[in-house]
Amino acid sequence: MRVLLNVPKQVKRGEAIEVKVLISHPMENGQRRDESGQVVPRQIINAFRATYNGIEVLRLALHPAIAANPFLSFAARAEASGPIELFWEDDAGVKQTETAVVEVV
Amino acid sequence: MSPPVTRRTMLAFATAVVAGPAMATPVEVAAEIAKVTRGTVLKPGQVKLDLAQMVENGNAVGVTVSAEPPAGTRVASLHLFAEQNPNPEVFHATIGPAGLPRLATRIRLATSQQVIAVAVMEDGTCWSDAVTVMVTLAACLE
Repeated sequence: MRVLLNVPKQVKRGEAIEVKVLISHPMENGQRRDESGQVVPRQIINAFRATYNGIEVLRLALHPAIAANPFLSFAARAEASGPIELFWEDDAGVKQTETAVVEVV
Repeated sequence: MSPPVTRRTMLAFATAVVAGPAMATPVEVAAEIAKVTRGTVLKPGQVKLDLAQMVENGNAVGVTVSAEPPAGTRVASLHLFAEQNPNPEVFHATIGPAGLPRLATRIRLATSQQVIAVAVMEDGTCWSDAVTVMVTLAACLE
């Protein structure tokens, strides 16, 4: 899965670290039918988790109503320099991790 | 021997198939919401759902859910429901100790409908906000 991850390099202590992530994924909703009338099986990213310095920021259960190529934007409060780590998994069991390091000044 | 296929059975079958995409009923939506609130009464306020009232393309509709916890507590989770989608659940977000209570994403809307955001606070109170959206081009059907 191709990923665009946008995390500021430097944030002042106490301010919000804005995390924006765009994941390339069809998010097949399980409602569509192909040319032969067969239901296209559901294939979505169903779980997503973000941590900052190992502490949980967000844990998400996603459903087929999330648009294709999911975009997520959320925030953590800047405390100390460290990694923002993202984890997710789709219906096929494919897992992926992305990391970005934030410097807190 | 199986019964003969008459015009009537064919028509009944065709109607059943064409009746089209499943839609959640208000009862199902209420049941889904009750699962996250554990039966607590929903009050308006403290949570804000940002969503355009008119959208052209239901395949990707930008939404932002944010919450303002009352003094002395924090936001435990944010939830989003789309009443008329085949599956009314959109997301369930648990806000961790390092997170701020807001989430923006892009969602699918099957038709014009009401979208409901729910925030559950750590003290157990539940809050909601709803926006009625007009959708010109529906998702899920292409």
